[in-house]
Amino acid sequence: MDGASGLNAIQQMFERAKAENRSAFLPYFPIGYPTYDESIAAIRTMAQEQVDGFEIGIPFSDPLADGAVIQAASQIALDNGTTVKKALTAVRELRSHGVKQPMLMFSYLNPLIAYGTEQFVYDAKAAGADGLIVPDLPPEEAHLFAAACEREQMALVFFVAPTTHPARIHLIGEKATGFIYVVSVTGITGTRTELPSDLREFIARVRSATAQPLVMGFGISKPEHVQMIHGLVDGFIVGSALVKAAKEGTEAVRMLTQSLR
Amino acid sequence: MTYIQTHATSVPDERGYYGEFGGRFVPETLIPALDELTIAYHEAMLDADFQHELSHLQTTYTGRPTPLTYAKRLSEQLGGAQIYLKREDLAHTGAHKINNALGQALLAKRMGKQRIVAETGAGQHGVASATACALLGLDCHVYMGSVDIARQQPNVFRMRLLGSEVIAVESGSKTLKDAINEAIRDWVTNVRDTFYLLGSALGPHPYPMIVRDFQSVIGTEARQQMLDQVGRLPDACIACVGGGSNAIGLFHAFRDDESVDLIGVEAGGHGVLSGEHAARFADPVIGRPGVLHGTRSFVMQTTDGQIVNTHSISAGLDYASVGPEHAYLRQVERAYYTLATDEEALAALQTLSRTEGIIPALESAHAVAEVIKRAPTMPKESVLLVNLSGRGDKDLDTVIKALDHGIS
Repeated sequence: MDGASGLNAIQQMFERAKAENRSAFLPYFPIGYPTYDESIAAIRTMAQEQVDGFEIGIPFSDPLADGAVIQAASQIALDNGTTVKKALTAVRELRSHGVKQPMLMFSYLNPLIAYGTEQFVYDAKAAGADGLIVPDLPPEEAHLFAAACEREQMALVFFVAPTTHPARIHLIGEKATGFIYVVSVTGITGTRTELPSDLREFIARVRSATAQPLVMGFGISKPEHVQMIHGLVDGFIVGSALVKAAKEGTEAVRMLTQSLR
Repeated sequence: MTYIQTHATSVPDERGYYGEFGGRFVPETLIPALDELTIAYHEAMLDADFQHELSHLQTTYTGRPTPLTYAKRLSEQLGGAQIYLKREDLAHTGAHKINNALGQALLAKRMGKQRIVAETGAGQHGVASATACALLGLDCHVYMGSVDIARQQPNVFRMRLLGSEVIAVESGSKTLKDAINEAIRDWVTNVRDTFYLLGSALGPHPYPMIVRDFQSVIGTEARQQMLDQVGRLPDACIACVGGGSNAIGLFHAFRDDESVDLIGVEAGGHGVLSGEHAARFADPVIGRPGVLHGTRSFVMQTTDGQIVNTHSISAGLDYASVGPEHAYLRQVERAYYTLATDEEALAALQTLSRTEGIIPALESAHAVAEVIKRAPTMPKESVLLVNLSGRGDKDLDTVIKALDHGIS
């Protein structure tokens, strides 16, 4: 991770995890939850625990891909005065505290339109971010960010869902840079007791249509889940479970992070 | 008899855009479902049996065509233009919402989707969906904000009586915006066997087009009725605009009639300066292009892109965005948008009740308020056509409370 940024840093992240025979662990955490300072503390704690990268959440009033836990956390973060600008400040602050892992900004589209989509890419890069994930941006609308991301060598991540047809997976693979976010189930974010049993077939279908690294998210919350996807995907995302843990404090975040890595 | 027009329309393009508005901004899981819906819809439109079944239900169940009523006393009192009312309040369930609900429910059935989810604000679309599902034997689940449930109890009871499940939404502002979020979350989760019956001309493509087409029966009938009863087209068509389904349904048949002005009336709430309103086009500080619920249109938002809470006395107009085709019609200057405040709508409701014996829905009263402003400035031989999109029975509680507080 030393010196590399943007796409290079993300590529190195996957290579390192692969060398250690692991899937990269990319926690999601929203800035401003439960407070700005506590969100910084939670992310720094996870960085100390050697997670591989981060999805840095920017709160939105209407997060329609998210379940109850992240919705509630987003509302609290907004009530705390968290803005797009503040989230970029957080990235800068995390970098100044020595957090070296790749960071991808996770935001719904409307706050980025309000900020200015290209300007956001430049400012995020300047703050120290390495990529961008927009859950309500389909690859057909990649043009909103693609040119700026290419210029800045920032990752622009798109999603594949269990409902996505092979021809479309191919298109998504062509538009995505950095990795593809594979949604484990049809649905919204949130912890689940079990992951679907047909994950292996689903991932095989995706692999046959694209050579991009695959990072799985939605429903991953326990060490058993991480075991289950081991060897299947290049990385995994945990969000809601960490947000829940953060309610109990930074130590709970540390414990959960240790159990998942 | 074919009511639905799918040809000779220039918008949307194949990507679902109306100029720079519209499109599809949803999680990937839903994109294949929207593709499937688009194909199924086009197939249904070309299927004579589908068209016949819809048309048969419109005639024998909904009560179409709805009448065109000359508002003689109101016209005389205002002393200007002659006023005609398109009586969607006389459609089954008391509003235009049934036109779209029946069309989409038939489409769901044709697609083999037994489970229906819908959102509702005031409850009118929820009742229309519950009605269509009861008629066609579909399972209906309606998401409704808990704030709306508390203030619209009769409609909640109607939906349950019709066999639907009403699910209280406790997130966000607990109103229509959040009910749509929750309906979309349900749809994403159960997408393989579930049909999302969206109630207004908004959301991701193809919904704005489908809803417009199913509602276009309003304008198609009204245009012919004007020619038959008056012998000419109106000088202007006026309709209220929340999401904008009744307005687009009226406007669509007149889009190529250059002599006919198209006027949409937004909810001015307590006035634009108060900040408490739902006039997306009238307040350039708060109402700006953005993306909400899968479509690019005008959206009421903070400078940081967060969706703001809106206000209108009429729950059906109380929404932070507006159908993308309205944003387009405004941009190309084919339609003009104005607003009526809560106070003006309440006054219009009383005026129409006393002069014509018709109690309009508070939504429709916004359109009537614009007529009251406009008619006196026009010559007596001019003609205004107003969409009376719904009846006012559902609003009696709200009206009683507002009048008790001396608003009128």
